[in-house]
Amino acid sequence: MNLVQAINDALKLEMKRDPRVVVLGEDVGRVGGVFRVTQGLWDEFGDDRVVDTPLSEGGILGTAIGMALYGLVPVPEIQFADFIFPGYDQIVSELAKMRWRSGGEYSAKMVVRTPVGGGIRGGLYHSQSPESLFIHVAGLKVVCPANPYDAKGLLLASLRDPDPVLFFEPKRIYRASRGDVPEGDYTVELGKAKIVREAEAAPGKPAVTILAWGAMLYEAVAAAEKALELGVECEIVDLRTLWPVDVETIAASVEKTGRVIVVHEAPKTCGFGAELVALINERCFLSLEAPPVRVAGFDTPFPYTLEMDYLPLAHRILPAIVETARY
Amino acid sequence: MSQSDTQQIPQQESPLTRPSGQLDHLADLYRQMLLIRRVEEEAARAYAQGKIGGFLHLYIGQEAVAVGSIAALKPEDYVVTTYRDHGVALAKGMSARALMAELFGKATGCSKGLGGSMHMFDAQTNMLGGYGIVGGHIPLAAGVAFASKYRADGRVTLCYFGEGAVSIGGFHEGVSLAALWKLPIVFICENNEYSMGTPLSRSMSVEDVSMKALGYGIDRDRFFVEDVLDVEQRIGEAVQRAREMSLPTLVEVRTYRFRGHSMSDPAKYRTQQELEERKKKDPLFRARVKLVDEGYGESRLKALEEAIEAEVADAVEFANTSPEPDPSLLESTTYDGPFAA
Ligand SMILES: Cc1ncc(C[n+]2csc(CCOP(=O)(O)OP(=O)(O)O)c2C)c(N)n1
Ligand SMILES: [Mg+2]
Repeated sequence: MNLVQAINDALKLEMKRDPRVVVLGEDVGRVGGVFRVTQGLWDEFGDDRVVDTPLSEGGILGTAIGMALYGLVPVPEIQFADFIFPGYDQIVSELAKMRWRSGGEYSAKMVVRTPVGGGIRGGLYHSQSPESLFIHVAGLKVVCPANPYDAKGLLLASLRDPDPVLFFEPKRIYRASRGDVPEGDYTVELGKAKIVREAEAAPGKPAVTILAWGAMLYEAVAAAEKALELGVECEIVDLRTLWPVDVETIAASVEKTGRVIVVHEAPKTCGFGAELVALINERCFLSLEAPPVRVAGFDTPFPYTLEMDYLPLAHRILPAIVETARY
Repeated sequence: MSQSDTQQIPQQESPLTRPSGQLDHLADLYRQMLLIRRVEEEAARAYAQGKIGGFLHLYIGQEAVAVGSIAALKPEDYVVTTYRDHGVALAKGMSARALMAELFGKATGCSKGLGGSMHMFDAQTNMLGGYGIVGGHIPLAAGVAFASKYRADGRVTLCYFGEGAVSIGGFHEGVSLAALWKLPIVFICENNEYSMGTPLSRSMSVEDVSMKALGYGIDRDRFFVEDVLDVEQRIGEAVQRAREMSLPTLVEVRTYRFRGHSMSDPAKYRTQQELEERKKKDPLFRARVKLVDEGYGESRLKALEEAIEAEVADAVEFANTSPEPDPSLLESTTYDGPFAA
């Protein structure tokens, strides 16, 4: 299965299991979504549970909040994360604050699904990775799977979480990422990172921890392969859930290696890397052998051309690994 | 679109007289429409060859809207439009070279290749941008009109958007402010009956977009595009109202796109028969027929068409041979280096 099929599988499974689940968004029904993630749902579950909406992100997200307060489990799709901003107010002002401001009496349990990231030459309005804009808002969980297995398990876990989850789908690997996905029900716990490649540092043999997620995970792996040829081992952590972040797993790895690189597509300044580096400084200061490094997007809008220079691909990660190892 | 729908729309006669030398004028409008059509057909070919990437939303079928409406403007007037922006950009006078090079992501493009198809800009012709966030540009366009009123420079702003945009807040906020402040702007809703895969009937409770003007207390108009000269005349009335009385108008122009929403859309949500019916009413084709019927002369038309072919071939060649922007362009921040004020 690829990522698209795995997400589709999770949605189908949960819609069968839980009659409260309602999918809504632009062209999610008859068309099956621009990336075909919701394909077949409308045929199976009909108009009431798979709702084609007009072009109205504030409307989609706002009504989803009301539905959730009433006890439904809405799964709004925003066609591209870049289009979420007309509905950002609903997320920031209402969705994120609901449980806290109702003294715990209400929560707007829902999963907002949206594709993120570059790699399809979409330019400034179809490529952004706005995770830090949501992580910064207290009250939201943020998830980003990197493979079909995790996508299904994390989505099912998100759908059963009592609170709102932003589910970011890395569109660059929607179809490129393939893997075995178990039939039937299983979950991948939110808030748990995964070590996808292990490394040991030894005297005279430095190792580097790389923190990545989504599509850039594969770039980190590719860079690590190259680094190995140069004698540097890398331990790679796939964060999977960006918030709440698995600081224990991160700290354990950084304490072991003493060197860390964060990779993300979003612009560097105030990107999630900044928070990760701050957490690492707080937790692992005395274990650090080198300054933490961020390999990220540039502090500009996302360009149409030069996309492969803008993205923190393996060719930009590798020099950072070498430098960090040599520091 | 059923027959009865067609009949509901009042076909007004305009008091404005058409420009003199009407046949030459029509030939010029035909030339502009053909340029847009041919540039886009070549862009589609380049897309298939992988020279253009990402998203390419073609305007094919709707050319008469941009060309007719901009014909009613003065050169110093402003236009603001959506991501389906090639037609408006060319009609406003941007060169086919700058447009094609932008599509190819080349340094010689109107935005140095950094914007691409959806984000054309041209300061020389007061083309204030194609915008990819649907509805986001509508309040912005009202602000442009505010500035011309503030400066009392008599300029008018045309703001284009699809019928999909009418469901989002930006439309209502922009029109509401323009109405309250009596701004010199014409809101042109290009209602092509589809918002991606969603037909009109499933995207709006009232299919007549122009009715939205009533709630804001501004003038409205609504018509089907058949003849580019009609577009010029009908939009011309709204432009005159904006220029002379500083009053906004909402105009719903019923049109149709012949291609999918973008290059990746096979448009399975509509029938081939519907498409063929609409192609028969192609305003570009009708303009040519009218020119022939009224005696413009086949040989003059041929010459005009050959000139367009040459212009388009030159634009493609220019885009092909232009350099890519240098990656160092990314190192400066948004306000530095080549982007500095
Ligand atoms: C705020 C926002 N939501 C969704 C989209 C995705 N999108 C791009 S165009 C489009 C349909 C717009 O239809 P319409 O306004 O009728 O214009 P048309 O494409 O027909 O010219 C959609 C849903 C977007 N670009 N921006
Ligand atoms: Mg439309």
